[in-house]
Amino acid sequence: MPGNRGEDSGKKGLRLNSPMQPIAAKNSNGTILEVRNLKKHFSLTSSMILQKVVGWIKAVDGVSFSIRRGETLGLVGESGCGKTTTGRCILQLDRPTSGEVIFKGKDLTRIADVELRGIRPKIQVIFQDPFSSLNPRMTIGQIVGEGPSVFKLVANRKDLKERVAHLLSTVGLNPTMASRYPHELSGGQRQRVGVARALSMEASFIICDEPVSALDVSIQAQIINLLEDLQEKLNLTYLFIAHDLSVVRHISDRVAVMYLGKIVEITGRQELYDNPLHPYTQALLSAVPIPDPVVEARRAPIILKGEIPSPLNPPPGCVFHPRCFEAQKECSQEAPELREVQPNHWVSCLRF
Amino acid sequence: MLLEVRNLRTQFFTPEGVVRAVDGVSFDIQEGETVALVGESGCGKSVSALSIMGLIPNPPGRIVEGEIQFRGRDLRVLDAEGMRKIRGKEIAMIFQEPMTSLNPVLTIGRQLTEALEMHLQMKPQEAGNRAMEFLKLVGIPDPRRRLSQYPHQFSGGMRQRVMIAMALCCEPRLILADEPTTALDVTIQAQILELLKDTCRRLHVAIIIITHNLGVVARYADRVNVMYAGKIVETGSSRGIYQSPRHPYTLGLLHSVPRLDQPRKAKLDPIEGQPPDLADLPAGCSFQPRCKFAVVKCNQETPSLCEVGENHWSACWVWERVGGGSA
Repeated sequence: MPGNRGEDSGKKGLRLNSPMQPIAAKNSNGTILEVRNLKKHFSLTSSMILQKVVGWIKAVDGVSFSIRRGETLGLVGESGCGKTTTGRCILQLDRPTSGEVIFKGKDLTRIADVELRGIRPKIQVIFQDPFSSLNPRMTIGQIVGEGPSVFKLVANRKDLKERVAHLLSTVGLNPTMASRYPHELSGGQRQRVGVARALSMEASFIICDEPVSALDVSIQAQIINLLEDLQEKLNLTYLFIAHDLSVVRHISDRVAVMYLGKIVEITGRQELYDNPLHPYTQALLSAVPIPDPVVEARRAPIILKGEIPSPLNPPPGCVFHPRCFEAQKECSQEAPELREVQPNHWVSCLRF
Repeated sequence: MLLEVRNLRTQFFTPEGVVRAVDGVSFDIQEGETVALVGESGCGKSVSALSIMGLIPNPPGRIVEGEIQFRGRDLRVLDAEGMRKIRGKEIAMIFQEPMTSLNPVLTIGRQLTEALEMHLQMKPQEAGNRAMEFLKLVGIPDPRRRLSQYPHQFSGGMRQRVMIAMALCCEPRLILADEPTTALDVTIQAQILELLKDTCRRLHVAIIIITHNLGVVARYADRVNVMYAGKIVETGSSRGIYQSPRHPYTLGLLHSVPRLDQPRKAKLDPIEGQPPDLADLPAGCSFQPRCKFAVVKCNQETPSLCEVGENHWSACWVWERVGGGSA
C-alpha cells in the first residue's frame, strides 16, 4: 500500500516496517531532554513533632527516557502512577531523590539555583485544570505578560502589550481579552490562556500535564489541534502527560506507559497501539470503550482484577503481578528490567 | 412503561436572568433497559436527573412545567413525604463523586442499613445481613469487616462499589447513574461499568446513564438521548445514532473524538465555538451558531424532534443533509 498516508494505516501488516518511523517522523535533530534513572521518594513521617520517618512513598522509581527535539512523548498511566511527579521533577519543582535530568546537555539536578533560573523559561508547563491554574485576581494580559516582564524580554509597556496581543492571537483568542479576568472565560478559552502563558517565554520544551482532560469533548479537539499547530510552527517539543489513550495516540510520536512509579513499556505510537506487549498496556487499551456500538459488541475487554497497590508498600517482584492476567510464579520474585525486546520497543516484563 | 417524562422544563432564577437548564425534554424508560443521556457540561443532563428525583434546590431552581410519570404516578404532584418513599427505594441515584457523596462520619454499614430500615422496615440485624450480602454482590472482599469501616478507608473504585450496593439494596426499579465513572481510572471504570450492567441485568433494573463519554454509551446503552443546551436534539437506538447520526451536533461530537480502532487522523475535527449561555440562548436552533449545516431558517425557528428513521428522531431542519452514512 505505497503512497498513501502510510504510517498510520491501522492495518497490522504495516507495523513490521514501523519501528524506525515513529522516531524519524518529525525533524529529529538530536535529543533535547534525557531522563536517567529518575527517582522521587517522599518520606512519610510518624507525627507532626517528632518527624520520624516511618516509610517511603516511591512515587517515581527509576524512570529513564529521552525526547528528541520537535517530537511529542506521551506519558500515560492511571492516577498515582507517578506521571505528574515525573513532570514536576523535570521542572525541578520537586527535587528528585536521585537520577539525572539532562536538558540541552545540562544536568538540572546538579546546577545551582541561579543557573536554573536562567534555564526555567525554556521549560514551560500547561496544567490540567484551567480553573485553578490561573490567578483569579490577575487579568489575562497580566497572566500572559508576567513572565516576559519579570525576565525582561520586553523593553517597555508598549512592547509588552504588543507581545501579549500577539500571544493571544497565536492561541486563537481575541487580543481584547487581555483586559478580562479568568472567571469571564469558558474552560476552553482559559486553557488557551494557559497555552499562551507557556509560549510567552519562547520555551522550546513544554510539559503538558493533562491539558485537555478537564474540557468538554468538542473543546478538547480544538485545544489538541492548537497544540499540534503550534508545535509545527514553533518547532516545540512536548511531554504530553495524560490518561486518555485515544488522545495520547493522536498527539504523540512515542508513548511511555507508567505503572506504580515505573515505565513498563515505551515505543513508537503505532507500534504500541498495534502491538502492545506488556499485559498492563493491553488491559489499558482494551478498557477504553470505542464510540461505536457495533465495534463494541465484538470486543471482549480485558477486565483487570483489583486496584493499583499503594506505592508505600509496592508488591515484591514485578509491581504489576497481583493484577496481571499472565502472571507466573517468578513474577512475584524477580523484578523485570526495561529491555529492548524488538527494535525501539522497550518492555519491562519477564515473559520476554 | 416505567418512566415517562413529558415536556419537562426546569429553570433557575438567578440575578443574571432565567437559566433554562432543561427546556422541554421528553423521554421514556422501559423496564430493565439502559438509556443514556449524553451531552457536555451545562447541557441539562444532570438537572434532568435531579428533576426526576425531586432534588432541584428551590430557590433558585424550580420545575416550571411538565410531567414525570413513574409507574403511573405523577411524581410532580407528590408531597415531600411521598417523594421520600420513592427516592432511594424505587428510584436510586449514583453520583459522580464517590469522594463526596458518602457521609464521612458514618460507617459504610450504617449508611447501607439506614435505607433498609427506613424503606423496608428491617430490623438492624436483618438489615446488617442484607448490607453484607450486597457488599459481596458488588465484589467487596471481606464484607463483614468492611461494614464497620468509614469511607476514607475505601479507595475511589471501592467507594463507587459501595454507592452501587447502596443504590441496589432496596431493589429499585430505576437507577439514575450521573457520570458514575468519570472520577475513576480507565481500568477501574471498566470494572465498575461491567459490574453495574451485570447486576442490573440480573435484577432487571432500568438505568439512566448520564455521561459525556461516547465510548461508554456505545458499550452500555440500548438507547441514546443526545442533549444540547437544555433540549434533546437527537434520540434513537445506540446503533442507529452511531451509524447514521442525523443531527449536526451528534455528528460533530462523534467526529471530534480520536478513535483507537481507526487509523489516526492527521487532524481532529472539532466543533468550533463555545456552547451557548443558558440564560441568553440564541434565537431559533441553539446549535445554529456552531453548525456547519445551518441555513437561514435555523436562526428564525426552533426545530422540534421529527422522525428521521425507525425509532430515530432528530431536531434539525436539514437532517436529510446530515450524516446518513457511517459516522
